[in-house]
Amino acid sequence: MLELSGVSKRVGRDNHISDVSLTFERGSINVLLGPTLAGKTTLMRLMAGLDKPTGGEIRIDGKSVVGLPVRKRNVAMVYQQFINYPGFTVYENIASPMRLAKVDRATLDRKVKEAARILKLEPYLDRMPLELSGGQQQRTAIARALVKGAELVLLDEPLANLDYKLREELRVELPRIFAETGAVFVYATTEPQEALLLGGHTATMSEGRITQFGNTIDVYNRPADLSTAQIFSDPPLNVVNVTKRGRELTFGEISLGQASDTSLTDDRYVAAVRPHHLSLVPGGRHSVAVTATVGTSEITGSETFIHVSVGGNRWVVLTQGVHRVNSGEVITVYMDPATLYLFTEQGMLVQAPEFAGIGG
Amino acid sequence: MIIRSWGIVMITKTINQKAWLLVLPVLLVVSLNAIIPLMTVVNYSIQDTFSPGVFFFEGTKWYQEVLSSPRFHSALGRQLLYTGIILLIEIPLGVAVALAMPRKGPWVSVCLVLMALPLLIPWNVVGAMWNIFALPDIGLLGYGLNWLGFDYNYTQQPLAAWFTIILMDVWHWTSLVVLLAYAGLSSIPDAYFQAAKIDGAGSFAVFRYIQLPKMKRVLIIALLLRFMDSFMVYTEPFVLTGGGPGNSTTFLSIDLVKAAIGEFNLGIAAAMSILYFLMTLLVCWVFYTVMMRGEDS
Amino acid sequence: MAQIKIDRLAHSYYAKPETEEDFALKEMDYLWDDGGAYALLGPSGCGKTTLLNIISGLLVPSRGRIIFDNVDVTTKTPEERNIAQVFQFPVIYDTMSVAENLAFPLVNRGIDRSEVGRRVKDMLETLELSAKANHKARGLTADEKQKISLGRGLVRYDVNAILFDEPLTVIDPQMKWQLRTKLKELHERFEHTMIYVTHDQTEALTFADKVVVMYEGEVVQIGTPAELFERPRHTFVGYFIGSPGMNILPCEIEGNKAFVAGHSVDLGANYGPVDGARLELGVRPEFVRFTEGVEAGIPVSLVSVDDVGRHRIVKVRLAQHEMNVIVPEGRALPDKLAVVFDAERCGVYANSHLLEPEDFDNQVVGYRDDY
Repeated sequence: MLELSGVSKRVGRDNHISDVSLTFERGSINVLLGPTLAGKTTLMRLMAGLDKPTGGEIRIDGKSVVGLPVRKRNVAMVYQQFINYPGFTVYENIASPMRLAKVDRATLDRKVKEAARILKLEPYLDRMPLELSGGQQQRTAIARALVKGAELVLLDEPLANLDYKLREELRVELPRIFAETGAVFVYATTEPQEALLLGGHTATMSEGRITQFGNTIDVYNRPADLSTAQIFSDPPLNVVNVTKRGRELTFGEISLGQASDTSLTDDRYVAAVRPHHLSLVPGGRHSVAVTATVGTSEITGSETFIHVSVGGNRWVVLTQGVHRVNSGEVITVYMDPATLYLFTEQGMLVQAPEFAGIGG
Repeated sequence: MIIRSWGIVMITKTINQKAWLLVLPVLLVVSLNAIIPLMTVVNYSIQDTFSPGVFFFEGTKWYQEVLSSPRFHSALGRQLLYTGIILLIEIPLGVAVALAMPRKGPWVSVCLVLMALPLLIPWNVVGAMWNIFALPDIGLLGYGLNWLGFDYNYTQQPLAAWFTIILMDVWHWTSLVVLLAYAGLSSIPDAYFQAAKIDGAGSFAVFRYIQLPKMKRVLIIALLLRFMDSFMVYTEPFVLTGGGPGNSTTFLSIDLVKAAIGEFNLGIAAAMSILYFLMTLLVCWVFYTVMMRGEDS
Repeated sequence: MAQIKIDRLAHSYYAKPETEEDFALKEMDYLWDDGGAYALLGPSGCGKTTLLNIISGLLVPSRGRIIFDNVDVTTKTPEERNIAQVFQFPVIYDTMSVAENLAFPLVNRGIDRSEVGRRVKDMLETLELSAKANHKARGLTADEKQKISLGRGLVRYDVNAILFDEPLTVIDPQMKWQLRTKLKELHERFEHTMIYVTHDQTEALTFADKVVVMYEGEVVQIGTPAELFERPRHTFVGYFIGSPGMNILPCEIEGNKAFVAGHSVDLGANYGPVDGARLELGVRPEFVRFTEGVEAGIPVSLVSVDDVGRHRIVKVRLAQHEMNVIVPEGRALPDKLAVVFDAERCGVYANSHLLEPEDFDNQVVGYRDDY
């Protein structure tokens, strides 16, 4: 178990990490999700012991490890760049941490072969890393991290330099591989889709702070605040400032239907709706119509992204199928008030859609 | 772990306090061979001695004497002129050669080896080689120049001596600038050149806006190294001309040795050494801070 | 702006290519319409960047010609071709300000100063960079730098084409959306011919009117995003486009029915007998659903469920074959799993190539089946 309590890192006058408290269980996948420069890599370096926090405690299984050198910790790391020993074969690359640990030959051979099987590297064991494709090189690096038997495995955007399709495949495979080893896995990424596919737990990061930590799908469905919701939305979240009067939510002249929570005080709020909850056809009897001006549209073949302007706000509508709309055209977009998120002006969640948590 | 990208370099920075223990032997060696002699020199520069073990405190007397001596002024003047000429020739020439070298293919290694050759020759050997090479009666260069109709004799003409010393230094050290500049050039991604071509940039614009900015860091290092080396130059001119004819090629370090060993003016020589050391240090520091200003990423 | 024609083009990085395998780009012909938005899509090493570099003039092809508006430019330099290119990693001139960066291509072409100033000002507004006009370019974020790279092409109003080499690689997901829509707007406004190379299907499909799918140096299919999604002509296209890709199940065909592991699947059309070919049924996860109530379907067993927010990807096993089913948000999984395929959306593949229905004389010869 890895515990961080009140961890912070100051460099000069800048707070790179502020007051981070997290607990990661053994055998769990923990995603650090946030944009570039949110502090994901810095936090991982603190966990690994490459840097020393300027405040707070880091404990592994209850014992403080602050100040313990990396060499004495049982940590493995995988980077965005494919880092292997170029002069060693794939077999020797995977075996290298065990050679250092003086593992006996039979165990070493068994473990290397097992890791190679899991990561589908068996045909390449005798090759040199530079003769392999990017995906195979990165799988070699991951295999090496796995056989090390580390209690903490840190992966810093490991798939960012790989092809889209390969990424898709590895995202599905990785959670299964991780689950087998029983280590604590920490995985940094900028992509919401990646976090969702990996599952496990997610900590969303923004400007050196953890904005929320919990089950990945729960964080997605019930973001505690606006910045978490925005980090965890791809395509971007549609946001609008609204005024609540009685049960009615309005912005300008436009009504956004009724707030589901009657206990909310009349005030100004920030309403947000995910792009796939907007549609071009009324979805039910509660559907609210909103007039929008089309900016551009993008067709993927299965879906259409329509970028619109709603009362001066930039929104994205994600609809199934192919819809042709022209720039400047005025269209009606429908939304179900039940899918609406409401945040206070300070950004705290006060209302989330009902559907959160069906299935799984 | 092999470091393949700049992003990874930071890994090597750890918080291990034991690192200090590992540095300790080096600190000891450095203190033995640099700090202790330096302190001795400081000691000599503020005292006078007539017989072994007998010292008188003289305060800043030697310093005042050195600073007001015309001999020191002219040696310093020669030194600055020499260093200035060296830098003015070697840096642009080195960059030009680096630009002309091939980027890819089998010729790259040939060029690199040829470039490295002069750097592998010991300094006194370089001096001796040029001493013979430039002799007007038997040296190829000296004989050749006279045969072409130039009246050239570096052992008697100050101008010829200067010409020879500078030519020798350029021959010996331009390679260093070439290699550094070449390393800087090779680190520029192809996309920059392609983009510049597409933007319609001519070769001067490419140099001015891509190559020069990207070479800036290595050129600063080259400039610093060449400044320090040429400012403290001793062996090669000493072997070649011995500071002559007359005092025309007596640079600071040669003058210093003359004062210390030839004339046994230990106090003067020590004060000169300290001034010399401080000048080098000051120039390097000023230079480095000015060049690195606004350079962060 | 120009129409670009590729005439019997092939390229090998070897000086004397001997076999077909030596070619990074196998022989192809194509016509790119003036003002179109095209994407070259494929995995690493498929030859898409080679093709782009040949079009831009950074590479001279081993064989064939490139024609811009009836002018043969095969051996012309990028500058002579008058094209612009945006690279994977932002290329900016560090020592210049944002405005100077944008002015650079114009100054190089000797355009007079007032005109340069006017165009740069206009471009700064278009790119929403006016506030940073006098900032040094090196302090900018990755997406701003990429905008500048693009802007340097757009300020030259007369460029024949703008080429993009995976321009969003280093951009964060949120910024990708903004930059992509900007690109789309600019295309609509300036109507340049644009060619965009990427391995990311979302980028390719959303950007382009027509997508060229490449694999191992060959063009596998060219089509609109909808065509590629709905009627992939090759199983590779089915797999490569869509997330997750198309389910490919070995089958047998009889008239308008396919048999997968003994279970009958209705097809939207009749297929003639095909001799000796390896037959597969292709159906996208979006067009497979679980049965409800007493409806009949093919029984499957559950392998895994991934909740990706707006829908769930359910992996199931049909006999020995694994396949994906997409279940919309808010719909629960039944206890007993059985699947139904949308008959209209099923394709039949013979040796990996799409089979046209009602084609009784179909002779399957010479198909490559190594994809």
